[in-house]
Amino acid sequence: MMPLLIDIVSWALIAAGSAFVVIGAVGVVRMPDVYTRMHAASVSETLGAGLLVAGFILQAGFTLVTLKLLFILGLFFFTAPVVTHALAQAALHEDIEPVLSDDRRNDRATDTVAGQPEKTNARPSS
Amino acid sequence: MFVLATSAVLIALTLAVVRAIRGPTVFDRVLAGNTIGTFAILLLASVGFMTGRPEWLDIALTYGLLNLISTLAVLKFFRHGDLAYDIEEDGEP
Amino acid sequence: MRQLSLGVMLFAFWLILSGHYTPMLVGIGLAATVLCVFVTYRMNSVDEETHPNHLFLSTFTYYPWLIWEITKSAWAVSKVIVNPKLPISPTMTVVGASQSTPNGIATYANSITLTPGTITVGVRGNELTVHALVSEGADDLEEGVMDARVSRFERGV
Repeated sequence: MMPLLIDIVSWALIAAGSAFVVIGAVGVVRMPDVYTRMHAASVSETLGAGLLVAGFILQAGFTLVTLKLLFILGLFFFTAPVVTHALAQAALHEDIEPVLSDDRRNDRATDTVAGQPEKTNARPSS
Repeated sequence: MFVLATSAVLIALTLAVVRAIRGPTVFDRVLAGNTIGTFAILLLASVGFMTGRPEWLDIALTYGLLNLISTLAVLKFFRHGDLAYDIEEDGEP
Repeated sequence: MRQLSLGVMLFAFWLILSGHYTPMLVGIGLAATVLCVFVTYRMNSVDEETHPNHLFLSTFTYYPWLIWEITKSAWAVSKVIVNPKLPISPTMTVVGASQSTPNGIATYANSITLTPGTITVGVRGNELTVHALVSEGADDLEEGVMDARVSRFERGV
């Protein structure tokens, strides 16, 4: 009885994870600019990968494999924000303007420099 | 069931490759490359389970670390045009 | 004290990844652990920023909350993606971080980036520039629920 229940739960987790991975990849293709594509990519990197790995853990039982899968999940959760932040910052630095329907940076920044796009730093033409 | 996971990850991988080919800016391509790396890790895990050889997870872990470092290195190269840059030319405090 | 816990964690990491428990391999792992701890001790690089021991217990309550937030916002972003009209309203905003330590601000910024639908684009002092996929995401961040939760996590509660 119990193995069957675990099988059903892990199959459901793997199916849901597969769905979210594909949805995230579809979003990467559909979205209009770099910044919005990052949002779509993070769906498949967090929820899709998390559900898939949770399903694999239930299939593996409690062995060393479980701990390795948890390490992979931890690797995703610690490196994904670092890469996304670096990518967004580099894109903004290269003056790639995001498509915006609402820009509240100048209203909300107390320090006037903080919210400005970094256009004022003219790069030396080398 | 692992066949479903593997095929889903393969479909997602194909879509990411489409974005890497079409992407107008270089950052789209870097993002697609990083996403491809993530999917490759998931693909390694699910193919390893499908063929009953979970040892592939070690390769997946190594690949994840390499993916992080290579993405950051490529980003740094495109931002500064160099992997060793002067702090002054950044223009920020 | 911090060196000791770092050593225990490194050795556990070795044992988990190796999976072979012959005396020689365990001995090599022990030697590698001692070498790593010695090098970091000489570099003076183990302090409460690089090895935040005091946050260990509060992770057990913070991570489940964060995972639930990620699930909710990933579901919302997925609905936006599969909608044929693609109803996005990208918003840039600035939110304040009420944390006092660099670790707290980094945790807040990374939590914002980790939840799908919001990305921290820049950090300057106590102000984070955030890009949100839909304007509701920016509204939620401006309310400051996550900010208060991360501040609680930072105090170790």
